[in-house]
Amino acid sequence: MAPHERRQVAVVAFGQSDHLRTTDELSEVEMLMPVLHEVLAATGLKTSDIGFTCSGSSDYLAGRAFSFTMALDGVGAWPPISESHVEMDGAWALYEAWVKLQTGEADTALVYSYGKSSPGSVRDVLTRQLDPYYVAPLWPDSVALAALQAQALIDAGETDEPALAGVASRSRTAAAANPHAQLKGPVAQGEYAVRPLRTGDCPPVGDGAAAVILAAGERARELCERPAWIRGIDHRIEAHGLGVRDLTDSPSTRLAAERAGVFERPVDTAELHAPFTSQEVVLRKALSLADDVAVNPSGGALAANPMMAAGLIRIGEAAARIHRGDSDRAVAHATSGPCLQQNLVAVLEGETRV
Amino acid sequence: MTSVPSPEVLRAPLVVEFPFTRSLGPVQSAFLTGLRERTVLGVRTGDGRTLVPPVEYDPVTAEEIRDLVEVAATGTVTTWAWNHEPRRGQPLDTPFAWVLVRLDGADTALLHALDAPGPDAVRSGMRVRVRWAAERVGAITDIACFEPYEGEAAQAGTAPHTGAFDDPVTGIVAAARLDYTYAPGRAQSAYIHALSDRRTVGERCPSCRKVYVPPRGACPTCGVATAERVEVGPRGTVTTYCIVNIKAKNLDIEVPYVYAHIALDGADLALHARIAGIPYDEVRMGLRVEPVWTEGGRYPDHYRPTGEPDADYDTYKELV
Ligand SMILES: [Zn+2]
Repeated sequence: MAPHERRQVAVVAFGQSDHLRTTDELSEVEMLMPVLHEVLAATGLKTSDIGFTCSGSSDYLAGRAFSFTMALDGVGAWPPISESHVEMDGAWALYEAWVKLQTGEADTALVYSYGKSSPGSVRDVLTRQLDPYYVAPLWPDSVALAALQAQALIDAGETDEPALAGVASRSRTAAAANPHAQLKGPVAQGEYAVRPLRTGDCPPVGDGAAAVILAAGERARELCERPAWIRGIDHRIEAHGLGVRDLTDSPSTRLAAERAGVFERPVDTAELHAPFTSQEVVLRKALSLADDVAVNPSGGALAANPMMAAGLIRIGEAAARIHRGDSDRAVAHATSGPCLQQNLVAVLEGETRV
Repeated sequence: MTSVPSPEVLRAPLVVEFPFTRSLGPVQSAFLTGLRERTVLGVRTGDGRTLVPPVEYDPVTAEEIRDLVEVAATGTVTTWAWNHEPRRGQPLDTPFAWVLVRLDGADTALLHALDAPGPDAVRSGMRVRVRWAAERVGAITDIACFEPYEGEAAQAGTAPHTGAFDDPVTGIVAAARLDYTYAPGRAQSAYIHALSDRRTVGERCPSCRKVYVPPRGACPTCGVATAERVEVGPRGTVTTYCIVNIKAKNLDIEVPYVYAHIALDGADLALHARIAGIPYDEVRMGLRVEPVWTEGGRYPDHYRPTGEPDADYDTYKELV
């Protein structure tokens, strides 16, 4: 669809939980509900006003089949609502909602996602998303796979350990101003987790939730003073075999960015879903980010990485900067799978201020 | 509205195990059977590249590919990561390197473990060879790991291979186990705590005033938090039921028995439980029942008739 044929859709509200190492006292829906109520309150909408609802989460994190149905209690799933779910990060739920709004069947959408990593071992849980024939039986954990990518980057001369430490430090220093972040302010680089990655190169493990409201056209202007218009959005995937890919590059991110229109004009902000420091190196290159772009002013996934929500939070954080007037044109990126396997890129813009 | 302070958070171990049985296509079958026979097979793409491990569709063009070739059991490390703390299920239980290895004759790399004395003994570009598992069954773990190898390629280039073996492996069992510590959250913890005192509590929605049992912390109709705790029952009314005629595995309840929806007095949602203390064919809608706890039981074992007259249909028709 050519851009001029699209409906203009904007993020009009964003909310997120405080991301914490554990939230034993709360069920998923109890953790999620304040966040849902926050975005509804920000727009004045009630759940019954929402045209389409889409969520992202994972049964493997919950250790329970159809776990998302419990969370549906939080959105008032009665009378029957138009609703969908992705077993992925909420950024992909947002993409589905954006498509739904493009069809004209809805003018508003509620997108939410959540993940509690605390009940299990997220490093083990994530092995279950790998190729079940050749890879999963070896139980390579998420940190190990990221470390292979980091070493490939070091061998290629694209980064080194001090540079990675710099990414960690910059991110967590930025997170000091983010009330929701799990790790704030300087954090020691620590020991090797899986060499060459140190604990400081890895994201915190924690629980959290996020929600956004999308609205189309005039509805967006009614609901938000300065809507964050989604000018383009696209997602692409790499071959699933790690040994087939060039781990030092992310052609899928670059292609998604091209399709989303990132390269048409400079951006001032980039919210990148790079759970590991080394992945920021790959993404900066794939997105050709200029040095003066504010990268992860929220602290990014190195400051809080609630599984299934961290990608949606990147879109939300970019939108919130536009809402506040801190950004005019931002790129938001979300990833899923090992070593940046799947990548979603969105361009968000605020209207020119007078 | 009375907001009740949270009782102590409940936690319990939760183990999820699944032995997924997966069938193999012709290419994967040949590859895994080959490993059993100490033969490493790749597959040739339309543009002449050799993929190891092999896949059935070209990752670039998505064309089906089937031309198998044999590659060497020696190769070169393309990248690595030192794993000083092996985790459950990983190939070695002593510190090892994760490696991507491009076998001689292949254009892509295979993920596995490298047995090496320490990180200083590993580098990208180093030469390695397969260490075969003593017992091989047709699985990726038939490669026990890689080990350093200074010699020449065990074989130059690639040779076409039919992929035919005696007694081919046609499936794998992908066993998995994940361990969790389950915490049911505020509302369900309160429900479970109350049950241990032989009380049943629900929560009332501040908006529609319905009382949910068991409570989950939210009203699914209104999408708001439920916070007002309400004691319901202990007596209730059978709203509907079924007669179970098939004995479940590991269940010592004699069939036939009755499983019913029971609307506890004061609740706006029926919960389900077994009915006993009455012949199965005498259970009926409207039957008044009460819970029966066994010694030390943490929830009602079953419900039995109270002996009261049946409830009038109009009193529970909204809950059927
Ligand atoms: Zn209600």
